Formats: sequence, C-alpha cells, structure tokens
Amino acid sequence: MSQEAIPQLAAYNDAALDAAFAALSQELDASAQSLTSAEAVESFRLHWLGRKQGRLKAISEAWLKSAPVEAKKQIGQRFNQLKAEIEQRLESASTGTGSGALDAEAIDITLPGTRRALGAEHPLIKTMHEMVAVFQRMGYSVGVGPEVETDYYNFESLNFPPGHPARDTQDTLVVANQERKPLRDRLLMRTHTSPVQIRTMEQQPPPVRIVIPGKVHRNDAADATHSPIFHQIEGLCVDTNITFSDLKGTLDHAMKEFFGSNVKTRFFPSFFPFTEPSADVQISCPFCGGKGCRKCKHSGWIELLGCGMVNPAVFGFVQQKQPAYDPKKISGFAFGMGVDRIAMMKYGVSDIGQFYSGDTRFLEQFA
Amino acid sequence: MKILTQWLREYVPGISVSDKELADDLTLRGIAVEGVFDLGSHGSLFDMDITTNRVDAMNHYGIAREAATIYGLQLQPLETALPAGRPGHIYPVSIEEPALCGRFTARVLRGVTIQPSSGGVAERFRLLEQKLISNAVDATNYVTLAMGHPTHAFDLDRLEGGIILRRARKGEKLRTLDGIERTLDTEDLVVADERQALALAGVMGGWDSRVTEETKNILVEAAWFDPVSIRRSSKRHLIHTDASHRFERGADFNALPVASALVSRLILQAGGHQEGEMVDVVIPEAAARTAHRSSIAFSVGEARRILGATEDPAGITAGAAETILTGLGCTLQKQVQSDEAYQVTLPSWRLDLAGEIDLIEEIARVYGYNRFRNTLPAFAGGVVELPWAAREAVLRRTLLALGLSEAVSSTFVAAGDAAAFAPQPGSFVPLGNPLSEEAGVLRPSLAPGMLTMLTLNLNRDVENAALFEIGTVFGGSTDRVEERPALAFGITGSTGAHGPHQPAQPVSFYDLKGVVEELLAKFASKLVYFDRFPGESGLMPAWLHPGRSARAVVDGATMGYFGELHPDEARRRKLKQTIFVGEIYLDRLYRQGLRHPMARELSRFQPVRRDFSFIFPESVPYARIEHAIAALGIPELRSFAPREVLRDPQGKLVPVGHYSLLLGAVLQSAEGTMREEQLQETAQRIMTALHAAGGSLRG
Repeated sequence: MSQEAIPQLAAYNDAALDAAFAALSQELDASAQSLTSAEAVESFRLHWLGRKQGRLKAISEAWLKSAPVEAKKQIGQRFNQLKAEIEQRLESASTGTGSGALDAEAIDITLPGTRRALGAEHPLIKTMHEMVAVFQRMGYSVGVGPEVETDYYNFESLNFPPGHPARDTQDTLVVANQERKPLRDRLLMRTHTSPVQIRTMEQQPPPVRIVIPGKVHRNDAADATHSPIFHQIEGLCVDTNITFSDLKGTLDHAMKEFFGSNVKTRFFPSFFPFTEPSADVQISCPFCGGKGCRKCKHSGWIELLGCGMVNPAVFGFVQQKQPAYDPKKISGFAFGMGVDRIAMMKYGVSDIGQFYSGDTRFLEQFA
Repeated sequence: MKILTQWLREYVPGISVSDKELADDLTLRGIAVEGVFDLGSHGSLFDMDITTNRVDAMNHYGIAREAATIYGLQLQPLETALPAGRPGHIYPVSIEEPALCGRFTARVLRGVTIQPSSGGVAERFRLLEQKLISNAVDATNYVTLAMGHPTHAFDLDRLEGGIILRRARKGEKLRTLDGIERTLDTEDLVVADERQALALAGVMGGWDSRVTEETKNILVEAAWFDPVSIRRSSKRHLIHTDASHRFERGADFNALPVASALVSRLILQAGGHQEGEMVDVVIPEAAARTAHRSSIAFSVGEARRILGATEDPAGITAGAAETILTGLGCTLQKQVQSDEAYQVTLPSWRLDLAGEIDLIEEIARVYGYNRFRNTLPAFAGGVVELPWAAREAVLRRTLLALGLSEAVSSTFVAAGDAAAFAPQPGSFVPLGNPLSEEAGVLRPSLAPGMLTMLTLNLNRDVENAALFEIGTVFGGSTDRVEERPALAFGITGSTGAHGPHQPAQPVSFYDLKGVVEELLAKFASKLVYFDRFPGESGLMPAWLHPGRSARAVVDGATMGYFGELHPDEARRRKLKQTIFVGEIYLDRLYRQGLRHPMARELSRFQPVRRDFSFIFPESVPYARIEHAIAALGIPELRSFAPREVLRDPQGKLVPVGHYSLLLGAVLQSAEGTMREEQLQETAQRIMTALHAAGGSLRG
C-alpha cells in the first residue's frame, strides 16, 4: 500500500469536516477490499494504525495541529469514530468472517448428514397409547390384569356358563395340568381383556370408569388377519343413571377424537354374553370419507367395536364381593376393540404377523 | 346361513319394501344380512350371519317373524293339517333319560314311496345350493330350513320293538350316517330300539336305520334334547351337524308336533298314509324349563332407565313396547297398579329371553339403536394412572432416544428355551394345547424371544439391529402362575451415528452397558454397581458369555443381566455375528422411584483439568480405582473418568498383563479459584491413591 499524501482541510466548519471524513471513509472502504490473507490484514493495519507511519496518526496530527481550539473537540470525535471503523474491519478480517475467506472454507452441504437414528415406536403400542389417551381425557383411569386368567374371570363371571356355545367363538389356549381343578379355577390365557372389568369392580365400588389395554391370546391359526396373540382395549363405565345413549355418545365422541371430527358412528344389535343390549359399532371410513375404498371394502363403513350395557348377570357375579353393584340401582356400559386391526388400517399394514416379527425393516418405517 | 326372500315373503305376504331395503332393515335389528345376491325372478338370496344366541332366527320362519315385527305385519301360520291317520297300534316310546330328552314324538307313515324330490322343494334346494338326497330325507332338511326344528326319518322296518331314549352302553358301537363306525360313551344319549343304538341323539342318525330306496314305512322323529348333553356328544365325537348346532343352542319345545306334521305332509305327497296318531312323550320338568316358563315382570320405566334418551322426544312409549314384544311372540299382561308395568309370558322359541333386561334389549333392537341420542354421562372423579405408568414411559422414551426400536414377540417359547432361560430353574409353565411345539411354554424370560427376532433379522441380511421389548414373563407352576413385567434388549452389528463422515463402529459390550447405565440413571438409587461371576459359579445366566457379561445391582437388588451371547448359544442358533442381549426385571426396577432432578449451585470459578496416565496390572478392575478415588472424598473433584484404555499384546507400549489408563479429573471449587499449591496437593493425593490401588505412573 503506497503512502498517500495527507489531504488538506478546506475549513473547520461541520460541512467541511463531514466532507473530509467521508472521503477518508471511502479511502478506508477501498483499502479494506482485499483482506483475504493474513499478510494483507497486517499491511492494512500498519497502513492505517501503524505507530510511526500510520495514516490515521499522520492525518490527525496534521489536522489537529492547525485547528482552532474550538474545533479540536469536533475533529477528535470524528477521528475516534474512524479509528473504531478501522478496528472493526480488522476484527472481522481476523475472525475470518470476511466473505472471501469463508468461501474458501466451503464444504459439500449436499452430502448426507450424520444421523443418530432414534428408535422406532411400535405401531401397535403407539396406537394403543393414543387410544387410551383419548379415554383418559374423558375421565377414564387405566386398568390392567393378568394375562393368565381363571375360567371364572375369563368366562363364568362374564356370563359364559360352562358348556355354553358362546365359548366356542373364543378358542382358548389353556395351561397344562388343569384337569383335576374345579372348572372355575382352571388357568387359561385370557381370550379378551374383559376379565379386568370384573377384577376392577370387585376391588372398587361404583362409580367406575376404566380403560383397559392389554395382550390377549386365542388358539387361532395365524394368517394375514389372524394371530394367536393380539391386543385389545376395553372400557367400562358404571354409575347411577348410565344409559345406552351415554354409551352411544361416549363411543361417538371417542371415535371422533381418534379418527377426526368428520367420522360418524352407527350401531347394530349384536350378542355378547356379558352385555345386554349389545351392539357392534361401525365408523364411517376415515380413509375415504365414506366414499368407499379398499380399507372399508368399498362399503364406506368399518366395523370397529363391540359394546353394550353391562348385563345384570355380570353385576350379580360382582355382587358376591361388592354388594354395591345392585343392578336395580346402578347401570353401566362396556366396550372393546382390537388394537391390531386399527393399527393395520391406520398404518397400511397388510399382515398382522409383522407386528410380532421384530423385523427391523418393518419397524424402522415407524421411526 | 342362506335365506331366500321369496320364501320369507310367502310367510309375510305384506312386505312392501325391496329385498335390499329388507336386508338393511333386518341388519339394523341385529339379524345381519352380509350379502344380497339377485336370483332374478326368484327374488334374492341373503347370506346371513345370525348371532349364536338367536337359534330361533336360523330359519326362514324365524326371520319372517322378525320382518313381521319390524313392519307391523301379520305372520302367516304354518300349514300343518294332515289327513286323518288310519287306525293302528300306538308305537312304543320310552324316555329312560328324562334329564337328557325332554320330549319325543314319533309318527308312523306307511306305504311311502322313496323318490327324488321335485317341485318347490327341489327348486328351493337348487337356489340354496343344497344337496338333494331323496324325498324323505329332503323333507326333514326342508323343514329345518323352513322353521328350524331338526327331525329324523327312520326306516321303520329296521326298527325292532320300540323307541328307547337311553345312554349308550360302555363300548357300544354305532355306524353313523357318514358311514363311520363310532364307539359310544356312556355319557352319550342315543335313540335306540330294543336291540341296539339307532342314532346319536340330536347329532347324527344311524347308517343301519336310514331311509333307502327300498324303504316302505317310515318313523318320523321330532324331539327335544338337553342342549349341554348334545354339545358334549358333538364335541366328544367331533361331529358338528346342522342338527347339533341347533339343539345345543336350545330348540323350541313346542315346535315338535309342527315339525313332525310338516315333514309328514311332504313325504306323503308321494303317496302313503299315517298310521295311528303321533306319539308324544313329554317330560313335565323339561316343559317347565322351556315352554312353560313363569312370566317375568317388565316395566317401561326400567327400559327408559337403561336405554336413555331417544331422538324422538316421545321416547320409548308403553304402546311401542307392547307392539314390539307382542310381535316377537310374548304375551303381555298389564299390572293393575301401573300403566307401564307388565307380566310377560315368553315364547317357547326364545330360550335366550329370561329376564327383564332381555326384553329391554328386544325393544331397543326393534325400535332401532340409531334412533337413540348420543349423550355423554356426567362424571366427577379423578383419573388414576397405573402406578408404574410414568416409569414405563421414561424407560420407553430413553430406549427410543438411544436408538433401540420397540418390538413385540411371541408370548410362547419352545420347552428347551424355557428350561435354558428361566431365571429360576424349572420355574416355567407349559400350555395344555399349544399351537406348536415351538410355542409350548409361557415365556419365563424375554431373552429367547429377543434372540429369535435378532436371528430373523440376520437371516434376512439385516446386519444392524437394536431392539427392545417390554412385556410379561411367566414363572411359577401350572398350579400358580406368577406374572412379572420385564424388559429385554438386544443389539447387533454397528451402532450409533452413521454416515459417510465417520466409520461405523461395531457394537461392543460397552454399548449395551451404556444403555443399561442410561436406564438406571433415570431412577433414584443410592448405589448402582455391575459385577460378574466366573462361569463355573453358576451365578450368571448360562446363555451369557461368562467373561463378557454383567449383573446390574441397584441398592443391593439384582436388576438383571446383560452381555455378549454365549458362543454355545450362538452356535446352537447358527448365529455368526456377535449379539449382545440383556434382560431387566422391571418388577424390581419399578420399586425404585424415578430420579427427581434438583438444580445445584453452579460454581463461578474456573475449572481446572488434570490428566493422570497410569499403568495397572489386569488384576485391578476399573471399579477398584474408581472406589479408591471416591474414598478420598475430595470436594473439589467435579468429575473423574477414564479417557483412554490401552493394551498391547506385544508388550511394547504397555507391558503384557497390564493396561494403561488415561484418567481425566476436573477440579473446581465452589468457594474460589483454586491456587496452584492447592491443585498440586490434590493431584498428589490422587496419585498416591492410584499407586495404592496398584498403579504405576506411565513413563
């Protein structure tokens, strides 16, 4: 950088000072154009701020020396400002944020990032938690019970009498060596989560509001839609003045919460030994809006739940331990649904067996 | 079940709606039509799914009754008139087992002609794709389709003496209609003559007494059998017939003479005559349980209490209830004291109706479920979570964040795995009727299931897998099953960050230990440590590599085991890639509370780092060094951790049998900046302790 001549001041008024410093500022801009190397930065520093030959020093000495006393303060302030500007240039150049320096450090940002994969939530467990949360928001507590049950809790107390054909619909896996026990004490893999209804009522007088998620088992050969292991969510609400229309309203509300507010429900008479009246519930297909698609088999409706008013006979069994369940004074409803089927529809899973395979390729899709 | 609408309309001529509308109306009332098939001029065929409690609706007349009730129409009576029989002797019928056979009717038809069916019967069978056999056999089947009661036709000339309803004799043989010779059980009810069993009552007729082309004389049986007895016989002999299906659900006690007459009318169309009158033996106790049940009390108020609000403000009225119940065959008698209370006599064909709630269901069903309003019950009460819900949620969140995916495996394992993996030897529970040998026992541990899942991944060329499962394990015995929650995890392949910017790291024992440490750190505990026992001690699970596995102990309780899979177990499973697996006993871990983080005052003063490079003999495990330093109780020691471990099999960098350890300490005081002499002194104390622990300063 060549040593330039010291400019002359035209006058000591503000306008003249402004013009003179604006010129210096331009000169500074020009000389700060190429601060791309350490050497350039150092030479810039020496040029402006050098202790002996620094331009700033030279000019300020020249100008201040001849200035009248009343103008010195004005000139001094302006030099301080200029010095700050010079230092700022130096600082940004040395920390490397000058655009030229940083461009040279460019990397290929199109290469994939380093990924620390999160584990994938299991679609069944996720679906189950989401559905349980819907009922928790409606005031339901969570209940659970054993997976190995007695015949009494799985069947008899739910009004499946011994030798009743309704037991045929639930092919049961039984624990070995039960033959010498009384029928009611025989152990089996629970075929539904309904026994938890009885266990809960036996432990707690009304009112009861519980939602029961859990694993259940049946002696079913596995195929794309059947698995000997599957999951259910059961609900129970017992109090004074619980009605069938409450059951309808509750499930309609829950299905809207889970699938979206456009979903409609409709109820069909059905049969379950432990409820009466019993109903099957269909929801309008949330995937096609009821127009008909593969998931609803082009009917616009999907059958999703079984439900009904708790059969007074069931209260009769409960009353053996909790007399408060007097069917003349209280009433209640119960409902149940298969989690696997809901998860299959929701996530487009075509084979139920994939839920129980542990196949990483399947599971990682849900991360 | 297949139903012809043409046949239904014959019983209820007034139905004005289309077959499609009829199907919808029935379905909405619980008589589910699954499919409607157009038969052109013959109307439609309904494919129906009748619930198991409604055996009365498993026939055309029963469904016609439902339709008549829905539309408020008249149901035509069945035509049962027969020409008067010629005089003859009364055929002897004796019920020796009144508990198993409640009623038996026998009608003798003589001079019949056995020929193929024709006319209406043949046409309806064709539309229903039902096999035609002969006019006599078809007549019995036709009547079952028409009104639901199974009947049987015997070749009278094959019978000797009379009919006896008795239990089978021990070892007694019977060749049933399907041609199979069966050995009967003394619990089986049989229809017999004086010589032998003729039929397995209510299940299947006998071969020897069947109607053939040569048959000239017929005995028509219409009977009522005990449902439980029929069900047991059907299950015992693995014969499920249309007849057994109906009898075990409860047949109509009063339908016998009607069924007998309908069958006889059809057979006699091809010639022949009735001899004598129908013999009818009735067991009064059975009649009282079925046809003559006592009436039940019903009030419309109770129906409203259970059913709630309807869209129509009028709601369930006494008039509506009366119409519905009468249509279904009930007889209502109004109680004097109230307009809305009744004594209701139940129809003999509806054994499923037994109490007031059954009548309320009938009213709701026929009224229409979707005409009730959607209301929400009021509720004042708290929502209670499961006691361990928060702990389980923290475990799941931590494991997912550490990159393990959740899996769910089978509840059942092979007997060999159960024995090998049961935490307490011999404490596992076999199934009585397993799905397969590989699934014969309730899993006593989640580990074998985890190995099965990892194996599946490796067999499908997925090299990297990190899975966990939270589930129930089962111990105890077949007398008393104990269920406990457990957590298993398994990792194989490479782990952690992946991408082109750093090499993949193969999984090691320490990756798994890191997972366990993270999990345990979420729980409040005073003391957590890990140890292991030599292979021959038998104290470690046999499925783990004895040198590369550990026990996790929290506040004195064993929480679980983890480590490298035992090479023998890996070989047995044909696994070439190293697998790391572990199991945590959640029932124990859940006894610990979750750690509640508390903020501590952060020091304003500068931390100072000091490194120590020491060589230790292999006999000194790191835990000993850690304890030695902890025992110094240096308040300024903010952290102390190994930063590098080095071994050299050649003995150049580190002598053989030794390892070098680079230890990093961070010193920071809460009171002030540490002075140089203070730092010196602290470092000296640490070095003295390291020497005392068996270490020597690395040169």
